Amino acid sequence: MDNIAGHKSGLSWVTNISVVVLVVLWLIPTVGLFVSSFRERDQISVSGWWQAPFSVELTYRTRGDGEVRPVDGGYVMEGNIFDTGEVRSSFEGGASTVSAFGDRGVAPAEYPAGTVAEIGDGETLQVNADGTYIYTSVEEPGNRGPRVYFEAETPPQFTLDNYRNVLTADGMDRAFINTLTVTIPATVIPILIAAFAAYALAWMDFPGRGLLIALVVGLLVVPLQLALVPMLNLHQRLGIGQSFLGIWLAHTGFGLPLAVYLLRNYMVGLPRDIIESAKVDGATDFQLFVKIILPLSFPALAAFAIFQFLWTWNDLLVAKVFLPSDDASKVMTVKIADDLLGSRGGDWGILATAAFVSIAVPLVVFFTMQRFLVRGLLAGSVK
Amino acid sequence: MADLKLTEVAKSYGSVDVLKHINLDIARGELIVFVGPSGCGKSTLLRMIAGLEKITGGELQIDGRVVNNVPPAQRGIAMVFQSYALYPHMTVRDNMAFALKIAKKSKDEIEAAISKAARILQLEPYLDRLPKALSGGQRQRVAIGRSIVRDPKVYLFDEPLSNLDAALRVATRIEIAQLKEAMPDSTMIYVTHDQVEAMTLASRIVVLAGGGISQVGTPLDLYERPENEFVAQFIGSPAMNLLPGRITGTGRQTAIAMSNGGTALSDYPSTDADMGAEVKVGVRPEDFRAADEGGAHIFAGRVDITEALGEVTLLYFETGESTDTEKGDAAVIAKLGGTHSNLRGHEVRLTAEPGKVHVFRDGKSLLYRDGKLTAPEAIPAE
Repeated sequence: MDNIAGHKSGLSWVTNISVVVLVVLWLIPTVGLFVSSFRERDQISVSGWWQAPFSVELTYRTRGDGEVRPVDGGYVMEGNIFDTGEVRSSFEGGASTVSAFGDRGVAPAEYPAGTVAEIGDGETLQVNADGTYIYTSVEEPGNRGPRVYFEAETPPQFTLDNYRNVLTADGMDRAFINTLTVTIPATVIPILIAAFAAYALAWMDFPGRGLLIALVVGLLVVPLQLALVPMLNLHQRLGIGQSFLGIWLAHTGFGLPLAVYLLRNYMVGLPRDIIESAKVDGATDFQLFVKIILPLSFPALAAFAIFQFLWTWNDLLVAKVFLPSDDASKVMTVKIADDLLGSRGGDWGILATAAFVSIAVPLVVFFTMQRFLVRGLLAGSVK
Repeated sequence: MADLKLTEVAKSYGSVDVLKHINLDIARGELIVFVGPSGCGKSTLLRMIAGLEKITGGELQIDGRVVNNVPPAQRGIAMVFQSYALYPHMTVRDNMAFALKIAKKSKDEIEAAISKAARILQLEPYLDRLPKALSGGQRQRVAIGRSIVRDPKVYLFDEPLSNLDAALRVATRIEIAQLKEAMPDSTMIYVTHDQVEAMTLASRIVVLAGGGISQVGTPLDLYERPENEFVAQFIGSPAMNLLPGRITGTGRQTAIAMSNGGTALSDYPSTDADMGAEVKVGVRPEDFRAADEGGAHIFAGRVDITEALGEVTLLYFETGESTDTEKGDAAVIAKLGGTHSNLRGHEVRLTAEPGKVHVFRDGKSLLYRDGKLTAPEAIPAE
């Protein structure tokens, strides 16, 4: 009697929990990338993105630059380590806490804060937790102060520098435009062709129709890698070569089987009565297609448009093969893979940002097209 | 506003003949109803007239023009589909304007036609709604409106009421009858499996069965003078009783000795050649009356079940050896006026007026020889 109306069955709980788990699983890396894209390189290398809101211990290198005054038996330099010239910019948000310091780069945290360290040649160095330091020397120090390494709590810092870097990287704007130049025609052309083909395969009677449908289904399973070299050869022989026209044709060809299949299956499910009614009303096949079938096929068109747009936007392989390799025709994926990953592969902030910049447009496309993915488009037509 | 002529029209899918030898003349202004059991090809015939199915044999003329290979739009027909088939993404106005826009009519013409149709069908308040915001009856009216605006030669209705609920069906049926009255010149062909629709709407009914036309006639023709056993049992509810017998007297009237002992007298004429022939005697349940004490009876039996409907009572008789075993549901039924619930379990003797007794030999009515009435005056029309 558990599953009488009004009670949630165990299965629906399982479903809900699985959905939540899946959503969280998928969201975690995305959120991580998003957070990382706003962090500084130093902070990323010290702590994970989930620690982004907390302070991190970073090591700094500076040089005492206070005023030297003579005292009995030597000289003294006093000041605040946070105010020294080399690190001042890092602590503009307010002073921090020093946890340890040292005088050698190999052991930057040799002495805990507050201790008086003998650093040889009769020199001593003391750095307190609040940043004040006292340096004494028997001999008169030169015009350069002592080298000081210290470890300090650093407040979390968020920055748009990564975005500035990615967006203003050499040729990135160009790559963005190139990507759009590839994706928009590569989405629109196959939809145009496939919609006509799908209508014919669904609603026009002609010999060999079944065979053509079978052929389309067969083409669905052909991996595109198989066609890369022959296609490129063909393009070279035709004089298209490596060019935007070439990649449009390639993407169109690779996208068409799925497009025709998807749209044909959708269109064949439209009520026969509507189509016959339009025929009785005098519509030609073309008018029928444009005025009845196309408006009613929006969900399928939008679904395929999203597919094809994402796939061409994220595509690296086809772009590498069919586009020239000069800087002027690099698309974003190629740019990120070649230039950013190649030269700054360790720079996670840049990588995360690049990922986010390239996600942004598909997200916009998805949410724009998503309103076409509606139920009940046929409501009120039949029955 | 046209006449149709079907000559030896046939339809086959591969080697399967669905329809054959369809000969039918439809005059201008008629409302013809196609009825028949499921799968008899009535919708197929309608779709052939519409041009949605290919005619595989014979000839179809509309207004004297052979239209076998003319596309639907140029046949001057308009069709109302069972499922309404409205264009779901268009408003009522656009649905009605669709055909006219395609025909490149002027804006004023379109507007005039729409407002006229909307007035006739009382759709004026809904012109700017989408189909999904309409009720079933309103949708069907839009579908009818869509055909009216085109001012076609022939209207085709494919079971237009079968998706409506019972109350709406009656109302819409009356609306269609009024519509026909408002357009007396328009020719309409209407497909239904509902007898009441057929009887009330039709100027003539075409009964289709077994891939051919069983009988064509006015509703009362079919009711009073069915040409064969099929039509006799198909028209009328409950169906006509068919009881076996043998002809014992011929002439202007026919006498029959019933297999179960009774005797029947029919106004159907017979010839000497019919003497001694095995026949079926058909009596409608409503034509039965209780036989006089000592008088002849056509059927006698024990009442099994009674159904009191108020103004009439249905008596179902026990199925004895007298009933026809070829047909599954062969219980003899009588419909007597008034209340007779007390008859249950009693022996009842039934008879009928000679004018109400139908005689079928080999499935065919004795009234017809070679498809013609032998004695039209034999059975008086009401």
